Amino acid sequence: MSILDINKIRQDFPILDEKINGKNLVYFDNAATTQKPLVVLDALANYYGHYNANIHRGIHFLAEKATSAFEESRTAIQQFLNAKYKEEIILTYGTTDGINLVAQTYGRKFLKEGDEIIISTLEHHSNIVPWQMLCEEKGCILRVIPIDDNGDLILEEYEKMLSEKTKFVSVVHVSNALGTINPIKIIIEKAHEVGAKVLIDGAQAASHITIDVQTLDADFYVFSAHKIFGPTGMGALYGKKDLLNAMPPYRGGGEMIKEVTFEKTTYNELPYKFEAGTPNIADVVAVKFAIDYINGLGKANIAAYEDELLVYATQQLSEIEGLRIVGQAKEKVSVISFVLDGIHPQDVGVILDQQGIAVRTGHHCTQPLMSRLKIPGTSRASFAVYNTIEEIDKLVAGIHKVKKMVL
Amino acid sequence: MLNMTINEIQDEIIEEFDLFDDWEGKYEYIIDLGKKLPKLADEYKNEDNIIKGCQSIVWLHAYKKDGKLFFEADSEAIIVKGLVSMLVKVMTNHTPEEIATANLYFIDKVGLASHLAQTRSNGLASMVKQMKAYAIAYQAND
Repeated sequence: MSILDINKIRQDFPILDEKINGKNLVYFDNAATTQKPLVVLDALANYYGHYNANIHRGIHFLAEKATSAFEESRTAIQQFLNAKYKEEIILTYGTTDGINLVAQTYGRKFLKEGDEIIISTLEHHSNIVPWQMLCEEKGCILRVIPIDDNGDLILEEYEKMLSEKTKFVSVVHVSNALGTINPIKIIIEKAHEVGAKVLIDGAQAASHITIDVQTLDADFYVFSAHKIFGPTGMGALYGKKDLLNAMPPYRGGGEMIKEVTFEKTTYNELPYKFEAGTPNIADVVAVKFAIDYINGLGKANIAAYEDELLVYATQQLSEIEGLRIVGQAKEKVSVISFVLDGIHPQDVGVILDQQGIAVRTGHHCTQPLMSRLKIPGTSRASFAVYNTIEEIDKLVAGIHKVKKMVL
Repeated sequence: MLNMTINEIQDEIIEEFDLFDDWEGKYEYIIDLGKKLPKLADEYKNEDNIIKGCQSIVWLHAYKKDGKLFFEADSEAIIVKGLVSMLVKVMTNHTPEEIATANLYFIDKVGLASHLAQTRSNGLASMVKQMKAYAIAYQAND
């Protein structure tokens, strides 16, 4: 049993008391976004209520207080990823924004016609489209690491793809649709052997796995705050300092400049070079509280408890006749995708919703993965630390009801 | 039923739904309607007939006969198919003018308005829009 007091944790998340269609909410859509603990909600209210000010420029009390809180969050993220330098943390609007930033700056400057970019079959559209756009512009070639039927990457195929033409590898740490944990350390090592740079999309990993960008030797790592109990519209890009320094700025505007004349502008230093305009101050400030909350529970404790949920759910769901779990990778986070014989995922979602159970249905923004698996989509239950065994029992009962009503 | 107006059909559906006092009865009825909707011929299940904005694929085929517009539809998902079946029942076999100006109040009255709002997941609103677009197009052709 977990050393965490789950009932106490549940009290930290006010939304869990909501009634949906007259039933207690069972929130199993955590891979889409996690709910927010009171400390995060309070941090937002406290910022707007007591020290809202624009940062970095003002010399008055509020501006200094807001700036300190903003920069403390950057430090919290640095420690969260174990980055060597604080200025290696670029604050973004989220994972998608981070990937686009790298594609549009590093990619446009350093990649040229005929260069190869490697992604994987497991990618979310946000780690496909920015590279396709770059390929279209620069004439690069996009290559895709295949998966086996369990949802594991076929590493031998990846190794065969690597050559001196490989200039960039961008892969997901954890698959949002299947929960597969990819062996990113090996992927990074192999890419570095041929001199390619590597970006890791950590959107689904950040709340479940301890991340150490130095041990991983990742060149870039991106994640979103809203999937780690923080606010929406905020995320971070980690990049190695020398790479970030070599990259041109992304967006032009205030904050990212050193000096502006009508003839020429010189750019600010890291990390501000990449942070044009007034940032999302309140949400950045609040993310530190989300990280502190995770650290307070202990990532290892969270992972161990989530694994208990995953094992139990896998066992229970496997016993349902006509249910097939999609994605049986060797290592998984607490995500279960499934299909029911003769029932469209959308029908599963609608009927579970009537019972107060929130799951995600559809292609999960991974259309190429769904076509590889030859299914239109799945129903996906994804668990967080505030979920319980009793809730999984409700899901199982809910699925039986779906079968009874539809078949 | 052949001579019923759009509003008369809507009122009849509302009356039928009055019989259900919980969500299960209501959804079982919709699922049943879905199962009973005749399968759309494969030749009409083409790219042009797909309604955009649905999580499941919905096909809508329209044709005109004796001054009236007829609809046939299908979907991969059974609940959507049931909803589509009700829309077809209300809208088919009327003049383009009647369809173009129809006020579909029954969806709200039977407690399915959320299905109209969630356009991205089931496309009921896109379906209504497409039916009216056909009606307007056929009016213009006259």
